[in-house]
Amino acid sequence: MIRVVLPAHLRTLARVNGEVKLDVEGPATACAVLDALEASYPMLRGTIRDHVTGKRRPFVRFFACEQDVSHDPPDTLLPPPVATGAEPFMVVGAMAGG
Amino acid sequence: MSGVRLLVGTRKGAFVLTSDGKRSGWDVSGPHFGGWEMYHLKGSPADPNRLYASQSSGWFGQLIQRSNDGGKTWEPVGNKFTYEGPTGTHLWYDGTQHPWEFARVWHLEPSLTDPDTVYAGVEDAALFRTSDGGQTWHELPGLRGHASASSWQPGAGGMCLHTIVLDPRDAKRIFVAISAAGAFRSDDAGQTWRPINRGLRSEGIPDPHAEVGHCVHRIAIHRSRPEVLFMQKHWDVMRSDDGGNSWREVSGNLPTDFGFPIDVHAHEPETIYVVPIKSDSEHFPPDAKLRVYRSRTGGNEWEALTKGLPQSHCYVNVLRDAMSVDSLDPCGVYFGTTGGQVYASADAGDSWTPIVRDLPSVVSVEAQTLP
Repeated sequence: MIRVVLPAHLRTLARVNGEVKLDVEGPATACAVLDALEASYPMLRGTIRDHVTGKRRPFVRFFACEQDVSHDPPDTLLPPPVATGAEPFMVVGAMAGG
Repeated sequence: MSGVRLLVGTRKGAFVLTSDGKRSGWDVSGPHFGGWEMYHLKGSPADPNRLYASQSSGWFGQLIQRSNDGGKTWEPVGNKFTYEGPTGTHLWYDGTQHPWEFARVWHLEPSLTDPDTVYAGVEDAALFRTSDGGQTWHELPGLRGHASASSWQPGAGGMCLHTIVLDPRDAKRIFVAISAAGAFRSDDAGQTWRPINRGLRSEGIPDPHAEVGHCVHRIAIHRSRPEVLFMQKHWDVMRSDDGGNSWREVSGNLPTDFGFPIDVHAHEPETIYVVPIKSDSEHFPPDAKLRVYRSRTGGNEWEALTKGLPQSHCYVNVLRDAMSVDSLDPCGVYFGTTGGQVYASADAGDSWTPIVRDLPSVVSVEAQTLP
């Protein structure tokens, strides 16, 4: 089980409170986590990464174990504490905009 | 008893304002989707409780929301806007060719007859259509495939398709406007398009009479007479009596002919409204007086409507989609400002009252007349 923390606007969109808990099949990568997230919450498709290319939206960041993993290739294994659910995978709206 | 529902899109959420037929007291609901840019909301003429809304943000991109109960509840529907076929390129600010990139939906135009069919005008300029209530969207690629498309350039607000007018007499005829390419018409339900800019004159382009390249801000028609088009261009208020084949200027005695919205009285096809703005760089009313101008002669002769509107120290703008009319009698006229006011007139513009004063900057206002 992997825990995902979403930014407030996406929690509202997905109609969830607090963390999202996901069963992720196979290796725990950012791509696999987002695949599972979008399968459970299809309204999030296109809001975190592009529909077609799968590329992360510019003002969305991914944090894991206090590290910014946004620039890691999407098939990079996430840190073991995230893979085991000890720590959350965080989807963060960048400090930008107005 | 009949009533009016106003769908107000702002930079930070949507608001639904409702009133009975007297239009003197208003209920305010919102913000819906607080924190998101709501470029446009519009109801289906075939089912007034079916609403569509364009929701976007710099962080999370584009969403489309649909309501089946007049805006009480909403559900996200499809948000995948993928250009059909080769992406193509258009002219960029530095003179190079730039690939088409989807940014956002500026305008949603529901079908006049089918609540599940909606057209979406997007940035970078293209026209999309859904026929399943917004679940899936498909481009009508003939417009972006027009031979002139590689010469289109973005205006200051981006290269947006912001105006969609459906002909109530001919289901195959569609008008669109793009900043800064100009106006286009299809006579085959969106398969092929022709520029309709003859008669427009724009000083800001190398050939002021060019076939494309004009910054058209808004087009409006009266339902009873769809061959007559009114246009607020960047500068100039224009009129066509032949479905856009030719245009003539009707700015007449306006204090300035720059502006964004233009609309037509619901019952008087020759009565039109504009909001003059000082200039293309000074986006506020001339003399700091907020004045709607009304022509009862289809242009050229204009009267200032000021009763109830601020006549000093006013520096707001009124954007292209932020004016609308209802179809009650007398006709109601509404507009929203970048200062967050929504003004209503229940007497065709003779007098105005602010419904709300302190919303986020208003992007769009659509009036629905309810049975």
